[in-house]
Amino acid sequence: MEIELAKVDSIIAKHGTDQRALTSLLLEIQDEFHFLPQAALERIAEKMQVPAIQVYQVARFYKAFSLKPRGKHLISVCAGTACHVQAGATLVEKVGQLLHIVPGETTEDEQFTLETTNCPGSCPLGPVMIVDGTYHSRVTASQVEQIIQQRRAGKEATLHD
Amino acid sequence: MTRLDTAAELDKHRETILQARSTAPRRITVCGGRSCATQSDGLQTALENALKQSGLAAQAQVVVTGCPGFCEQGPLVVIGPERILYTKVTPTDVPEIVAQTIGQKAVVERLLYQDPQTGKRIVHESDVPFYKEQHRLLLKDNGIIDPTQIEDYIAQGGYKGLARALAMTPESVVQEIKRSGLRGRGGAGFPAGLKWETCRQAQGDVKYLICNADEANPGAFQDRSLVEGNPHSIVEGMIIGAFAIGASEGFVYIRHDYPSTVEIMQQAIQQAGEWGLLGKKILGSGFDFDLHVHLSAGAFVCGEETALIASIEGRVSEPVPRPPFPAEKGLWGKPTNINNAKTWASVPHILSHGADWYAKLGTEKSKGTTVFSLGGKINHAGLVEVPMGVTLRHIIYDIGGGIRGGKKFKAVQPGGPSGGCIPENLLDLPVDYESLTAAGSMMGSGGLIVMDEDTCMVEVARYFTDFNRVESCGKCTACREGVRQMHALLTGITTGQGKAGDIELLEELGQALKDGALCGLGKAAPNPVLTTIRYFRNEYEAHIRDKQCPAKVCYQDAAGKE
Repeated sequence: MEIELAKVDSIIAKHGTDQRALTSLLLEIQDEFHFLPQAALERIAEKMQVPAIQVYQVARFYKAFSLKPRGKHLISVCAGTACHVQAGATLVEKVGQLLHIVPGETTEDEQFTLETTNCPGSCPLGPVMIVDGTYHSRVTASQVEQIIQQRRAGKEATLHD
Repeated sequence: MTRLDTAAELDKHRETILQARSTAPRRITVCGGRSCATQSDGLQTALENALKQSGLAAQAQVVVTGCPGFCEQGPLVVIGPERILYTKVTPTDVPEIVAQTIGQKAVVERLLYQDPQTGKRIVHESDVPFYKEQHRLLLKDNGIIDPTQIEDYIAQGGYKGLARALAMTPESVVQEIKRSGLRGRGGAGFPAGLKWETCRQAQGDVKYLICNADEANPGAFQDRSLVEGNPHSIVEGMIIGAFAIGASEGFVYIRHDYPSTVEIMQQAIQQAGEWGLLGKKILGSGFDFDLHVHLSAGAFVCGEETALIASIEGRVSEPVPRPPFPAEKGLWGKPTNINNAKTWASVPHILSHGADWYAKLGTEKSKGTTVFSLGGKINHAGLVEVPMGVTLRHIIYDIGGGIRGGKKFKAVQPGGPSGGCIPENLLDLPVDYESLTAAGSMMGSGGLIVMDEDTCMVEVARYFTDFNRVESCGKCTACREGVRQMHALLTGITTGQGKAGDIELLEELGQALKDGALCGLGKAAPNPVLTTIRYFRNEYEAHIRDKQCPAKVCYQDAAGKE
């Protein structure tokens, strides 16, 4: 995949090449490209003058980072304890059935990526599902379908309990 | 804003703010906490518009606060100065609130909290049992102050502790923290003063402080709510700590996926700098300290100090054996003091009220208050702060309002994936470090999940073991392989593949992990399994021997086909 290295360079210039900047740097690269392209990781290693494996290791280790391209819409279902005991797992199944993907996968049309998150800290309103940064609380399996349909139609869902 | 150069200037400024406030319009506070904000978007604008349209704009001012904790009843709107509490408020309720309460000084009855026991509606926030039964210190000002305004914190007595500390010697500040009995709120409960003293005495030209506000613990949101509700309490605690320890730079470690939390902390740091409370010559003294936010990219193992340090250095967060402890050799090899956000936020209270005052709160060995994120199958999920030593029963029933839907209580779990599940016959256990550890659980960092009769304890153990399996950094064999094997056994048991001897094998593996794992993640990972075996062995036996799940959670599909 071809990426604009100029964008990578300007992000590197902003954060500097000290190793302590690596996490912030990778987070911003991911914001830009929705994942961490290999060419960007190699560029960072070159500028930081560290072996590429060192950058790859960090990119591979932390949960925030994805080395695979992600879809246009990111669906995160909370798999935290409070949501889990309130049947959060059925939401993952429901999304999976509707989109034919399991957590970590992206739909063939590159529209949706499904992920589970450990806990976004909205426990009193679980089960919680976050779609493109919008929190949906006390989500039921039937609402999942509605939320996805609205996203597909390009509308921001405004569903609450 | 001109910077403050003496403690007297700070006092004078506080007086000026308070004087201006005495004639200010009524404050309408809207909860902007995470749980409310998912539903309260638009409430602030609706209130401001309604005030304008009714010609009452001069009568009241709308302020968005952090989370006051009564999340289950949100979105919350509170009207000062008497603090009338309105629950489950929607924008359609706004015209009535403005016309009645601001216009006529009357109360909108239908929006008041109704006590499910008595059926009575309660007008004032402080009379609601959820709040009345708590003892709030760290959360006292959540819901009152606007976290984006340093003036609000100063008006509540903020930075008084710092002013007092700067008039003392660093050694005597360390002694004050030691005398207060404050213990680390990250879960392990190590005496904070002793940790500070070790770092103070360590040799090093540069020393660092770290605040762990990462909260990677599922089922916990108290650290996030503290940062979002009262960021300056953490900033002030860290400045006092830096002065006592002799540190010149500090880092607040916050989850990258909490952008609003990060922004609030960054804003607080910037304001403190502008006021002369951070940076060079703090409050006119000879003491300098800089504070930055460091984004975490998500790794539960960062609860371990050495792993967190590696993460800030831009490396993979794998722990290293201790000693040397971070107090001697930490960030970039320099002496480093790490405390949890709640520990730091306790410090200003100790300095402004004195160690003796603080030490009166709590039990003999566990001083002060503790904050829990109460969640799961409970009526009043939310943020709860109690003195150490109250019983779990008090928290669950008197504050939390009991089990949702009239179901039967089964277990409560403090400490997240590292904690153990506590059964009903231990509900009168006092909440303190030693008692919870003796019961096979731990204080943890603040999650408190309630489970009812519909929860399968074997499945819960499998769930936490799966979490720990995924989060294990993989460095030490005991944790990497041990947790994986425990997970495989538990998955077998919950899918009808359990065999005689599995329970004993789980116990053996659990002990091996406690003995052999390199860090706290691995050592605590068996807790959910060992406690559920200890207190709910019959459920394991039913799965293995009778191929039945007493709570009817596991292998329902298989059972349905029979």
